[in-house]
Amino acid sequence: MNPQNADLRNANPRSGLHVAFDGITKDFGAVRVLHGVGFDLHPGRVHGLLGENGAGKSTLMKILAGYHAPTAGTIRIDGQPTRFAGSRDAEERGIVLIHQELNLADDLTVAQNMFLGHELRRGWLLDDRAMRVQAAQALRQVGFDGDPDTKVRDLIVAEKQLVEIAKAQLRHARLLIMDEPTASLTPSECERLFGLIARLRDDGVTIVYISHKLDEVERITDEVIVMRDGRFVARAPTAETSRRRMATLMVGRELTDMFPEKRTVPPSATPLMAVRDVTVPGWAEGVSFDLHPGEILGFAGLVGAGRTELFEGILGLRPRSAGRIELNGKAVRLRTPREAMRHGLTYLSEDRKGKGLHTSMRLRDNLTLMTLRHHAHPLLSHASEDAALARAVTAFGIRGDPGGTAASLSGGNQQKLAIAKFLEPDPRVFVLDEPTRGVDVGAKRDIYFLIERLAAERRGVIVISSELIELIGLCHRVIVMRGRRVTATLPADRLSEEELIAHAIGTHTRH
Amino acid sequence: MPSAPTPATEVRTDAAAAPRKASRRFDPHRFGPLLGLALLLVVGTALNPDFATWDNLMNVLTRTAFIGIISIGMCFVIISGGIDLSVGSMAALIAGGMILVMNALAGSIASPVAVVAIGMVFAVTLGGGFGLMHGYLITRGRIEPFIVTLGTLGIFRAVLTWLADGGAITLDNSLSDAYGPVYYASLLGIPIPVWVFILAAVAGAVLLNRTPFGRYVQAIGSNEQVARFAAVDVDGVKLLTYGLLGVCVGIATLLYVPRLGSASPTTGLLWELEAIAAVIVGGTSFKGGEGRIAGTIIGAVLLSVISNILNLTSIISVYLNAAVQGCVIIAVAFLQRRRP
Repeated sequence: MNPQNADLRNANPRSGLHVAFDGITKDFGAVRVLHGVGFDLHPGRVHGLLGENGAGKSTLMKILAGYHAPTAGTIRIDGQPTRFAGSRDAEERGIVLIHQELNLADDLTVAQNMFLGHELRRGWLLDDRAMRVQAAQALRQVGFDGDPDTKVRDLIVAEKQLVEIAKAQLRHARLLIMDEPTASLTPSECERLFGLIARLRDDGVTIVYISHKLDEVERITDEVIVMRDGRFVARAPTAETSRRRMATLMVGRELTDMFPEKRTVPPSATPLMAVRDVTVPGWAEGVSFDLHPGEILGFAGLVGAGRTELFEGILGLRPRSAGRIELNGKAVRLRTPREAMRHGLTYLSEDRKGKGLHTSMRLRDNLTLMTLRHHAHPLLSHASEDAALARAVTAFGIRGDPGGTAASLSGGNQQKLAIAKFLEPDPRVFVLDEPTRGVDVGAKRDIYFLIERLAAERRGVIVISSELIELIGLCHRVIVMRGRRVTATLPADRLSEEELIAHAIGTHTRH
Repeated sequence: MPSAPTPATEVRTDAAAAPRKASRRFDPHRFGPLLGLALLLVVGTALNPDFATWDNLMNVLTRTAFIGIISIGMCFVIISGGIDLSVGSMAALIAGGMILVMNALAGSIASPVAVVAIGMVFAVTLGGGFGLMHGYLITRGRIEPFIVTLGTLGIFRAVLTWLADGGAITLDNSLSDAYGPVYYASLLGIPIPVWVFILAAVAGAVLLNRTPFGRYVQAIGSNEQVARFAAVDVDGVKLLTYGLLGVCVGIATLLYVPRLGSASPTTGLLWELEAIAAVIVGGTSFKGGEGRIAGTIIGAVLLSVISNILNLTSIISVYLNAAVQGCVIIAVAFLQRRRP
């Protein structure tokens, strides 16, 4: 759009961009998520951007790609201070962000998606033929040999990823940001992606690679940049940084301090919960497991392995075609979350804003939603509800305006409120799905100790998590799922990242 | 190192909290409708000296009662994220149905009062039944409420027209005297329909704000998925909101029938527009989740004050009444729209 931009691109079409962040600060409402972040990105290098959920990586990258404006601070691109009006503006400069949730319109074809918003025209009409030809060419470059007229809906995730990269190529990307690109790829698909990244780097493109998988970071990045709690922490050449060092930098303390000491689970005659051959069509097949009082049981697996859907099925939120569920030794029929709650089972979803909390409602109304009958005699007593909130605020260390809405809390405090809410019915079995997603380090530690406290009260706790460190540090046993089935149940002494990953992606061989 | 900036953050949070509390006090969503009504009252008084009389005021409130009672039920449906387009047609069919039932019973039961009582129970039951049928189709049938009630909007009125053979169904003369007082009588100087309206409003406000049911309605409208995961019986609550609205339509209709003593294909025409408009003008979000009974009442009164002013003055033709209401609802929605 800007003629100056066009000049820059024409002057040197392929070379990557040099980016300097200087004092980037970002506030969302009252919550500051970035505190004066500053570092550089260099052309022709792959930068591994590390940090826990909530460290501010994604926000910073969204600022770079023009989706958010910084509250304060400057971004210099090739030395010039730059402020983007929007993502389109950033794209004009060759900055492309490939989202974690891929950003493609399912009902359009591959070619239509690649040119979305940048359609080629002949007069007033679209020039479909030219777009198809150019799309096919870009797709070949990234190693996708499918038909550009295929609907995106019919592609597998790995192919969608390639389409996104081809689309970036088409826009002459000079800086490519990839957010967790391998989250749902198979090993051979990952290989193809890594090859492509190396080629782009050799072409001089600046690459930012965000991933939680430290083995990948170790393999394909040239240097690592670590963020924590919205701040820049450290940068170092990848070759000189051990994985253990990366993890310690991300967490900000030795990992051993993050987790409570593991108790041994007291033996019990009957399991608290026994699941036998439960099938949730399309998501989980023939799953069986036991949960004992006082036990913390982990569920590991890749995105799409069926863990969340298994538990939504157990709760009656998805159809269940077979199997048997026992709670306290008695077979139960669970058809709705309400019946599950009556039998002492509650489930806190991974999707806090979509399924966990009413963000536009007040803290009190959120907390007591599951147990309103306890506060109604027969009219609701606000005093009794307020007392429950006061108890929860103290017990769970929820910080924020108690009269405000849930949206006004920070991620960590929202999660504490959500945990408090699903504990109000006093469940014997508590299932937490991704309990520390989008939560800062301090709150994370609080949540780990809280989970341990619940287990010490002889409740059964199930933790579904994609953070291996969390499962290893917290759980007494971990069940690994892959492709809808349970592939392994690992006791505490066999928990390691390598072992869990091997079972989760299916490369495990007996040694 | 990470602990150093904490005090600064705390201070900032406190500072941010203070203005938010203040802005809650001047919430335009809450006081806009009241201000609008006050303004209209001033304008009405200035335009016509008859406007600010007790008789006219009671006249306005009596006419508001029908729409007002329906809009209380509508308020629950809209807060839960639903809609009911059929209420006007439903009122017409209930009116026709209850008149037919009462006329049929007039011969066999000696006491006209008993016949009228049976007719009133019939009206409320029929309304509740229609509402539950909507709720059932919407929850179990998983059909959009807009579609279901658009369908019944046509069905109800067509059935009434068929029953009336295109004309009117008229209440037996022997019953009119027994039934008349329900609309025309007063208690302590306040007409019966206004009393019922007041009772319905108080009951509605208590139900919405002080019972688990009311909280569930708000939770479902705010985010149905979250409510479902929080063990709320979403389908059951939605079913009840439509049933409740049906009962409200039944009550409104049984107050309305003695006024004219007949039902025709034009009975209750555009009541759905007025009821939905009252709810929206009253500050209830059309997306669901939040709303107020008090606002809805003010909205209903405001709309009938407009129509009353049109009647009393000749600035705008009274035939344009629905057009003015339509403009008001669009204007209010414009003022209440949220910044993205």
